[in-house]
Amino acid sequence: MNEIEFLSWVRGPGFQIATVIFVAGIIIRLGETLLLGRKANLAEAKGSEMSSGLRTVAARMLPPDRETFKRSTFTIVAGYIFHIGLFVTIFLYAPHILLIKDVIGFGWPALPSQIVDAFTVVSLIALLAILLHRLTDKVLRHLSGPEDYIVWFVTIAPLLTGYLAFHRLGGSPVMMLAIHILSVELLMVLFPFTKLMHTFTLFLARWYNGAISGYRGVES
Amino acid sequence: MSASLEKGIQALKEQVDSSVASFFSSCVHCGMCADACVFYTETGKPELTPITKTEPLRRIWFSEYTLIGRLMKTLGLAKRVDDQLLSDWETLVYDSCSMCGRCSMVCPVGNDITEMIRRTREGIAAAGHAPEGLIGATQRSVTIGSPMGVRLPALQAQIKHIEKDTGMSVPLDVEGAEYMLLLSSMEIMNFPEFIEAIAKIFDKAGATWTISSEAFEATNAGIQIGVSDIAATLVQRVVDAAEKLKVKTVISPECGHAYMAIRWEGPNLIGKPYNFKVRHILEVLDDFREQGRLTLTGKESQRLTYHDPCQIARRGGVIDEPRNLINMFAENFVEMPENGKMNWCCGAGGGVASIERAEDLKLAAFKHKKSQLDAIHVEAIVSACSTCRMQFEESLEEYHMDIPIISLTETIAEHIAEDK
Repeated sequence: MNEIEFLSWVRGPGFQIATVIFVAGIIIRLGETLLLGRKANLAEAKGSEMSSGLRTVAARMLPPDRETFKRSTFTIVAGYIFHIGLFVTIFLYAPHILLIKDVIGFGWPALPSQIVDAFTVVSLIALLAILLHRLTDKVLRHLSGPEDYIVWFVTIAPLLTGYLAFHRLGGSPVMMLAIHILSVELLMVLFPFTKLMHTFTLFLARWYNGAISGYRGVES
Repeated sequence: MSASLEKGIQALKEQVDSSVASFFSSCVHCGMCADACVFYTETGKPELTPITKTEPLRRIWFSEYTLIGRLMKTLGLAKRVDDQLLSDWETLVYDSCSMCGRCSMVCPVGNDITEMIRRTREGIAAAGHAPEGLIGATQRSVTIGSPMGVRLPALQAQIKHIEKDTGMSVPLDVEGAEYMLLLSSMEIMNFPEFIEAIAKIFDKAGATWTISSEAFEATNAGIQIGVSDIAATLVQRVVDAAEKLKVKTVISPECGHAYMAIRWEGPNLIGKPYNFKVRHILEVLDDFREQGRLTLTGKESQRLTYHDPCQIARRGGVIDEPRNLINMFAENFVEMPENGKMNWCCGAGGGVASIERAEDLKLAAFKHKKSQLDAIHVEAIVSACSTCRMQFEESLEEYHMDIPIISLTETIAEHIAEDK
């Protein structure tokens, strides 16, 4: 397989396989979670489950109270940076939007590529710092297992390969583009079966947290 | 597999629902829960990070309730729950967690980690790995009716004392009273002034109340140890007594987990809603205040703060009521740096106080409270939980801090206007 064939494989069958695993995997994971169900609360309510749940879904998107922020500053700041960076590079880069438009039928305006490039660099730095933090902080070392490092790798790989391909670094442009697409496919395939699933399940988790607390009259 | 391990695994399976599955699916191992936990912040031991305390439950969820986990289990690749694991986790879920709920407030993905630890306790207790102190308290609760072994004659003796000292009556088994008061054994034995305070306040407020001789104990060791059927049995006793005496409202006293047990977990444990209300004493007093039935005289000029008991405030929803009440008599009230739903635990709740070997850890955990107190220089601390109160008394002495800790209800009683 030469590099042109490799590129057309990752763009064609490779991408299709990854998409099927990604979509089916997410549906299975959400299904196996939600179908477990939850018993209704029989205690007399002091607040609404629904609105408190929704409130917590939104509230935990925002920075926490000042003292909590002070205690976990690095985790919070680095977390915001790389999540925003990922969002911008995935969803606001013109070629990505074209691809998404191909798949789902509609697109949206892109950011200039120089701006996306800057976000990529900042995200790469944040992710490197996050790895360093995970390797050196005693709590994170205690918590971390192979999955945490694998997920870190498959998250930074598309960013890094995309950055290299964009700047025509690291090898032939065709090969770099193919490797970039392959790295995204790796991310998609692992997504449903690792902590990457939090992208979707955190909405459920936050809702349950808010509902449990809100039922007792406490905003969480 | 041993019979007890099988029971433990079964109990853990029963705890998995869509909320637990969402929580485990969402954890990204960020470590922020550690910074919210007194047992971590005051010891610096990473193994006390809240989310790690849920590992037995996580393994059951993964290997039994996810497709990939079941596949891995079939191939022998999934991590197993065995006796060793449950035994190793005993000190993590009991000695080093007061169920305070602070981790659940800061988790960025929204995991209710406290609830997950509460559920993990069910499996560890069922497999026979609960701490001796809690097992003893639970057995005494079931057989005697009180975790401290307090029987009815002891309560009757205290009542007799109070009636003799004050000339007021403490009604026992009065059918049709509006309120039925529950008491913690600690209040009966160590803080009987609480009963006296209730008699005085309710007399002035013109409210009828009673204590049931069949179910006067408010605490629920079943909740602390994590054995739902025992917890349900203890709740049922209160329900039966309340129905027998036809009361409208059952009052949970100044005790944290008692409120959680009877107010929030109770109906779910026995599987049906109550036909009476359950209120914390501070909620009842605040109602009296609102209705103008609580007239106080005299002010406290000393610098006061309020310690929010976790199960009453963050986990229970009673946050504004104590502040409304304190404002009636305090001229110089000051909040702790973090308070209300974000207050720091005293370190003794959730059963920790009943575990002898956790004594040093409990004392270490108090250091966070100490630093909060150091920041505000108060002359007295008001609170509303006997376990907090004991922990404060012991720890303040240990750290050479001469600050009294007083009951909010008792303080209200001291300020009740005599001539209404």
